[in-house]
Amino acid sequence: LPDTLHWLAEHADLSAAIRDAKTVTGEAERLALAASLAGYRRDFTLTGRIDKLAAAGLESERAPPGLHPLRLALLSSHTVDHLLPSIRVAGLYRRLALSLYVTPYGMYRQALLGSDPALEAFAPQVIVLALDAHDSPLQLPLDATEDNVAAAIEKYVDGLRTLWHRARERYSAQVVQQTLVPTAPSVFGGFDGLVPGSPTALLERLNTRIRSVARQDGVLLLDLAWHVAQPGQGDGLGDPVRWHQAKQLVSPIFAPLYGDLVARLAAAVAGLSRKCLVLDLDNTLWGGVIGDDGIDGIRLGQGHPIGEAFASFQAYVSLLGRRGVVLAVCSKNDDAVAQAAFSHPEMVLKRSEIAAFVANWNDKAGNLRQIAAQLNIGLDSLVFVDDNPAERDIVRRELPEVAVPELPEDVALYPACLASAGYFEAVSFTADDAARGRSYAQNEARRAESNIATDMPAYLRSLNMRLVATPVGSQELPRVTQLINKTNQFNLTTRRYTEAQVQNLASDPACVALALRLIDKYGDNGLISVVIARPDPRLPPEELFIDTWLMSCRVLGRQVEEAVLDVVADAAGQRGARALIGQYRSTPRNAMVAEHYPRLGFSTHSTAPVAEPDSTFWRCELNARPSLQHHIEIGQP
Amino acid sequence: MNEQDVMGTLTQVFRDVFDDDDIVLSPSTTAQDVEGWDSQEHVNLVVAAEMRFGIRFRTAELESLHTVGEFARLIHAKLAASA
Repeated sequence: LPDTLHWLAEHADLSAAIRDAKTVTGEAERLALAASLAGYRRDFTLTGRIDKLAAAGLESERAPPGLHPLRLALLSSHTVDHLLPSIRVAGLYRRLALSLYVTPYGMYRQALLGSDPALEAFAPQVIVLALDAHDSPLQLPLDATEDNVAAAIEKYVDGLRTLWHRARERYSAQVVQQTLVPTAPSVFGGFDGLVPGSPTALLERLNTRIRSVARQDGVLLLDLAWHVAQPGQGDGLGDPVRWHQAKQLVSPIFAPLYGDLVARLAAAVAGLSRKCLVLDLDNTLWGGVIGDDGIDGIRLGQGHPIGEAFASFQAYVSLLGRRGVVLAVCSKNDDAVAQAAFSHPEMVLKRSEIAAFVANWNDKAGNLRQIAAQLNIGLDSLVFVDDNPAERDIVRRELPEVAVPELPEDVALYPACLASAGYFEAVSFTADDAARGRSYAQNEARRAESNIATDMPAYLRSLNMRLVATPVGSQELPRVTQLINKTNQFNLTTRRYTEAQVQNLASDPACVALALRLIDKYGDNGLISVVIARPDPRLPPEELFIDTWLMSCRVLGRQVEEAVLDVVADAAGQRGARALIGQYRSTPRNAMVAEHYPRLGFSTHSTAPVAEPDSTFWRCELNARPSLQHHIEIGQP
Repeated sequence: MNEQDVMGTLTQVFRDVFDDDDIVLSPSTTAQDVEGWDSQEHVNLVVAAEMRFGIRFRTAELESLHTVGEFARLIHAKLAASA
């Protein structure tokens, strides 16, 4: 059984729900129920029953609340009557109250070139020219030349353009042209494409030409020829048995899908396409939980199938952003932890591409309201993507206006699922669209900056942070060594050591080797930083060289570095040191700490004490150290 | 599935397609006896029955499906052949 509306949620018993809804009195109430049931996965039989449930409400004079009335005419060369219930019900899902008109079978040309009083009385706002390749096929010999083919295609397309112009002239309707679905079997095999006169090559050329002139003429496409080539998009839509039985281009099995393709386009014409994609983070944009696994533990990027699949989904999301879809994040996470995740080197989607970023422990329905308010758009503009079925259910129940696609369990299928759901169907693409993503992101950056200026100290104070420093001993050794060998970003020198080497350094009484833990009101963040400072034979004995300083990005932006320096300076002073010498050794991954030492008040150390390329050296006099502001209590182990 | 089971399931197919739980079928029931059973709904019945029973009617068989009894016999024969 083809699952053609796979992005819709499964209803526990849709048949029973329809039966119950039929007993409700009041056509408006039944219509409202039909509109909500239209949002569940349904075959053509269930769709037909929902259509009957909605019928009286749709035919009534009163405009149904929450639905936009739209008149759509289907001018078709094949049987479409069996598709009408699916178009109307998909319309309900897309927030349209559709009135449909169908010209008599095979009369589409006469309706436009001659006169059709019934169509005139209907006054269509959208006209769909639903044509197929069986209708007036291009009659060319198999050995037709390129020129013969080009001439025949031009003639056919000229005929179409005449119809388009008449439709617009007479009805001021938006014209939608259906591309021609390939139904002819191949004649030569793969060689079809190399023979201009083969049915396959002819049709492909014709569709290409239709697409090109349609944009020139302001005509939209119901691009069935493209849709049938998409994975999971209804295997050709048709069935030769149904064609011979009833001239159905689209089998009843695929009626719900066809109906949705028409309805989403009509909704786009009515300005009802969604505007904003709201994304969960953990296991939606990357594998794993950033708060538990840390920036180095999440799965993202090259090297692992699952990491590549998440990166591929991010690339698709980023492309939607550049198309003008507004991107937002709604995640149950610590905000700083979630924000810091975007410094992951394999992150394809940039933090700057996200217009609204809400990460906290509140319920997602409330956060979606906040995102809509912040972006100044309606809830009915949002699409919410979350891997967690429970979160999806809650949002569907609390905020029925928000579109919540039923994601497949495998992230590799996320992009195709989101694409086939058609929430962002476009009727144009302008320079403004391309610029929109950027302008939202800039606004958000400014807002965030002003928040930092006013609220950051209060926020940091509210975290009740405590830094606990422990001299590296046998207990800390394995974790410290692990962190030394996997931290790439916040790592001043990126020196890798074995456990034995770390133990040698740590057991030297002249050395400062500290394992640092951060505890805040949400709990223990675990080992988050390591500092090793040692005497160096090339330096005077009263100066201590900071051999290693690294930190987990989980705790970025919390002034942990400032507090760590306090601890290190104290420990160095106890060993009789008068100055600390810091080194920044640049690698492809650690640019984020290039300004680490000057930020902490170190001054340039002009003569390099250790001959190393790509390095800058910094100096801090312990008795003249500027006091650094932070909001972290230094705790005892 | 025996012929009686086939009739029972086929009745449910008819009730779903016509959205009418009061439909009662007998082997002699024809399009004249069921309101709305026109050529379009006939195709829907054929396809809904194919989906429900997991079978396919051949093009040549479509012309023989005039009565509910003919429907049921053909379905039963196909199920028996594939069992």
